[in-house]
Amino acid sequence: MASVSVRAERPRGLLRRPTATTGFWSWFTTVDHKKIGILYGITAFAFFIIGGSEALLIRLQLARPDQDILSASVYNEMFTMHGITMVFLVVMPLSAAFFNYLIPLMIGARDVAFPRLNAYSYWAFLFGGLFIYSSWFLGGAPNGGWFGYPPNATVDPSLGMTFYSLGLIITGIASTVSAVNLAVTVINMRAPGMTLFRMPVFIWMGLVVQLLLAFSLPIITIGLTEMFFDRRFGTHFFDPAAGGDPVLWQHLFWLFGHPEVYILILPAMGIVSEILPVFARKPLFGYQFVVFSGIAIGFIGFGVWAHHMFAVGLGPVANTAFGISTLIIAVPTGVKIFNWLGTLWRGDIRFTTPMLFSVGFIAMFVIGGLSGVTHAVVPSDYQQTDTYYIVAHFHYVLFGGAIFGLFGGIYYWWPKVFGRMLGERVGKLNFWLMLIGFNMTFGPMHILGLQGMPRRVQSYPESLGLSFWNLVSSIGAFLIAVSVLIFLVNAVASFRKPKEMEADPWDARTLEWTTTSPPPEYNFDEVPVVHSLDELWHRKYSQTQGGRVVPVPAGGSGEAHGGGHAGGHGIHMPGPSYFPLIAALGLPIAAYGLIFNWWLVGAGMVPVLAGFYGWILEPSAE
Amino acid sequence: MEIHAQESEHLATSTGLPNIKLAMWLFLASDCMLFGALISTYVLYRGASVVGPYPNDVFDIPYTSVSSFVLLASSLTMVLALAALQRGDVGRSRVWLLATALLGMTFVGGQVYEFTTFAHEELTLTTNLFSTSFYVLTGFHGTHVAIGILMLLTLLMFSFSGRLGPEKAETVEMVGLYWHFVDIVWIVIFTVIYLIPTGNPA
Amino acid sequence: MRRKTQSALGLVALIAVAAACAPNATQSALEPAGPYAQKAHDLFVPVFWVAAVIFFVVEGALVLFAFRYRHRKGRDGIPPQVHGNTRLEIAWTILPAVILAGVAVPTVAGIFELARDPGPSALDVRVLGHQWWWEFDYPEQRILTANELHIPTDRPVYLTLCAVGAGYEGAPTPSECQPGAPEGAQPASLGAAVIHSFWPPELAGTQDVIPGRVNHMVLQADEPGTYEGQCKEYCGLSHAYMRFTVVAHTPEDFERWVAGQQAPAAPPDGSAAEGLQVFLEAGRAGCTECHAVAGLRDPSGEVIRGSNNAPDLTHFASRECFAGCMFENNDENLRRWLDDPPAMKPGSLMPAYQLSAEQIEQLIAFLNTLE
Repeated sequence: MASVSVRAERPRGLLRRPTATTGFWSWFTTVDHKKIGILYGITAFAFFIIGGSEALLIRLQLARPDQDILSASVYNEMFTMHGITMVFLVVMPLSAAFFNYLIPLMIGARDVAFPRLNAYSYWAFLFGGLFIYSSWFLGGAPNGGWFGYPPNATVDPSLGMTFYSLGLIITGIASTVSAVNLAVTVINMRAPGMTLFRMPVFIWMGLVVQLLLAFSLPIITIGLTEMFFDRRFGTHFFDPAAGGDPVLWQHLFWLFGHPEVYILILPAMGIVSEILPVFARKPLFGYQFVVFSGIAIGFIGFGVWAHHMFAVGLGPVANTAFGISTLIIAVPTGVKIFNWLGTLWRGDIRFTTPMLFSVGFIAMFVIGGLSGVTHAVVPSDYQQTDTYYIVAHFHYVLFGGAIFGLFGGIYYWWPKVFGRMLGERVGKLNFWLMLIGFNMTFGPMHILGLQGMPRRVQSYPESLGLSFWNLVSSIGAFLIAVSVLIFLVNAVASFRKPKEMEADPWDARTLEWTTTSPPPEYNFDEVPVVHSLDELWHRKYSQTQGGRVVPVPAGGSGEAHGGGHAGGHGIHMPGPSYFPLIAALGLPIAAYGLIFNWWLVGAGMVPVLAGFYGWILEPSAE
Repeated sequence: MEIHAQESEHLATSTGLPNIKLAMWLFLASDCMLFGALISTYVLYRGASVVGPYPNDVFDIPYTSVSSFVLLASSLTMVLALAALQRGDVGRSRVWLLATALLGMTFVGGQVYEFTTFAHEELTLTTNLFSTSFYVLTGFHGTHVAIGILMLLTLLMFSFSGRLGPEKAETVEMVGLYWHFVDIVWIVIFTVIYLIPTGNPA
Repeated sequence: MRRKTQSALGLVALIAVAAACAPNATQSALEPAGPYAQKAHDLFVPVFWVAAVIFFVVEGALVLFAFRYRHRKGRDGIPPQVHGNTRLEIAWTILPAVILAGVAVPTVAGIFELARDPGPSALDVRVLGHQWWWEFDYPEQRILTANELHIPTDRPVYLTLCAVGAGYEGAPTPSECQPGAPEGAQPASLGAAVIHSFWPPELAGTQDVIPGRVNHMVLQADEPGTYEGQCKEYCGLSHAYMRFTVVAHTPEDFERWVAGQQAPAAPPDGSAAEGLQVFLEAGRAGCTECHAVAGLRDPSGEVIRGSNNAPDLTHFASRECFAGCMFENNDENLRRWLDDPPAMKPGSLMPAYQLSAEQIEQLIAFLNTLE
């Protein structure tokens, strides 16, 4: 990556604004959306390994009946941390990695609206995750379930759930700030000619996700605050003895929690909507319907939350209302499947690894979606809820859906980001092993749930007849682990290859493939002018009178732009900065202070204030 | 070819609105949900406290009305500060910014006094459901006001060092948006919590 | 793609066979044994089959297209760039909506049917969820028991669900959750009052048991027998060990059981009398600090009052399981339990009393008299 020259600055105060955009330390001061995207990706993947290991321990404990490999206390921490990790520290930041890297590139912008704020979001996320994990060493990890229902979560004597409430507030701040940043970027920084309906579907899904984040995170922030206050200061928000209602937490949690699951799945749906057309060599079938269904899911998603609470006793009227709204939301969700099928129909399909993951996504998401519909049959849900049948459902949509889609995205955009391809043969092995292992792990859980296995149980007795499928499931989990290892091998091996990737190795359709692989810091030599949806495709191909699709003659605007000669163009990008990291560092320090020592809260406020003042006072790179 | 891709909002944008303005509106919409959740908690727990003191025992409506008026007035001075800056009157803008900050501090001071009075009347954070939901809600609001005061004082600091000229009116406008939001939230809180009568439990 | 088809079909067949067989499953929602569970089952099965059909159609199309439209060597043209088909898309939006509307109607009917009060013929039982065991209070019959819910087969059983535990003293416990028998019992204060969920899948779907709220559910068994269940809402260390059974009797047998439970305990003699001594003296204040045994007197002639922090033991020997139905009620299990309860059950609120082996034998002899 060419270094962009920035005139040396008069130092203001103690810290001279850094200038280096390459080298190890540049990663700590970077405000480049691409580097931040890579940081999110690496961190999320590290948490994926950790969360996956937690899952393996759980499956080890449940492989046979009546085992005591993990004590009840450790087991409860294990499934709690597995849930927290996978939802908040893996899928959300992995999606953020894609959004950060790709949004400016796909809309023809040079960076996001607020580059330093972008860096701040990453550091706050990292520190929040580390803060939660530090609890293992500081009084016990969270053990009240990822959903943290009081009174159990508020009366638990270990410190774990206090770490939970504060840690998720920190990561919530990171996500909210990022949501505002990316939403403004999409709305306001599109290249000339890129109207809303010429945006790639991935961008649309990204916009809906940012808005869902912005409107749902505050609700759980309040829930977490109330839980923190109950635990730390003895308030009575969820204290039935004082007239408080534990169900209030459930409402607050799920008012966030349900939009959250759409936050988790829409990015992967966006990715798949980009990959399928490229490898089927035809456009997404029904672009507008797919966009509108994404928007519809965003809105309706705020109206279904109590379907997580059917057995709480809200009454038949409430249960009916939410049962019906849940059935309604199945429509825009399901419709997309048909659009994807329509994309494959009469295509010229090449089964590269990204394509395999995308087709796998569709196959697995259909299963998860259908089991979801059965949950909406409320009287039957009284049997299904809190059993492994539900565990099966959400793993099919979150792993078979979101993770598969994200892996597809990793394989697809890897050459753009790193300038090399991931190995195809190893990639296919990765995919098939993961598909088989995944189905072996979670398929049987449908049966286990219906046959009487509740969730969150440390063990089950032999007499319940659940042993066989639990064993199968545990074996499957280890197969998944092997497939992830294979991916890691693939990733490491790719860096041994020379970095000589063309701009558009896949013959793709969207703007990020017009610039070099990897892109220069300023993304594009010239900001592209957009004339249609799938702009790149239309620059490369046109239709003859007879309706045949033919390449545009060579010398057209399909050549890659950007590259080594850019350095002297004088494109000035925002300079790096220390202050986002400093400002973010204050958050965990203050959080430790809230738990252990009030002086630390003050100490935490110092980097927060210093960080923000430094930030607004530092000269911009001019 | 000089292309500036920096954090100023002077580039052409797809909507014509500056990025910072769009961002502030989105952030404020998000903040609405925050206060919505807190106010909902309060309303849900109305009349559910098992022990007193209850709202009617401690509220001093005339006092809080004056305090609310002070905050309302500060929104006016905020508008005046922005207008002054926009027409180039930096000196006047300083006066009105200072006035806004002082009125804000008066409001916060008034709240502190009010809460100490409540504490003397045996209403502390953990006394009952009413105290729990009341103090956390008004505490969040008070924190928002305090952050706003900090921003105003920062603007004043910039102004006195000559860095807040009319070209920076947009920044003042953003702080103003935030300030007005905080004021509107208070109007809702004052109405829902203080003004709407709630009978004490039997 | 053939391999993918085959493996997919094989997997589905395996699941279908296993689900249909349901070998030793004794707590299965797929084996309804009463009208309320049957209702849930009758709604699930048709929807499942509709979902299965949709599954085969969609996955089949996916596999078909993947196979049929795969790139073949020598065909290098670009396919026609079809952007969509509005009429088709509207159709495939309306069709699922219609199917789901079809699902909605019986669903809503089922919701209201299951919420209906079963009427005055129902047997009233109060279910109290403690950490980590189930207490059953029959207000009309004035019986208090634990771990086993005995019911007659000839009428519905109307359950009032209450979560109890520490923090409730003097608190607004809902009136339906106030303790009933025995006379003058205090609200339980051992363990935290947390959310539980009462789940006997063969007889009914769950309802949650939430502190500060009162929930209701109805169940009924078609045939006499033993039906298993357990807590379904994560409630702490021994969530997995908060089990129970529902024992359904013919109406006559049920009356006999009621009469037996209403009788006070008989005064023990021999080794069992020594066991009563241990019972009264273990630890600081004896087992009666948490347990109760109705109808016995201590050596000085005072009626023994206990507490309902822990299961009522008056008819302990008539029960098949103990410790939240974790263990079968036999001497060997009792021996290990009485020696060190926390080692047997995570987080057990019953401490180890450092009893000698002889004391344990006497205690067991005493407990065995409590039919």
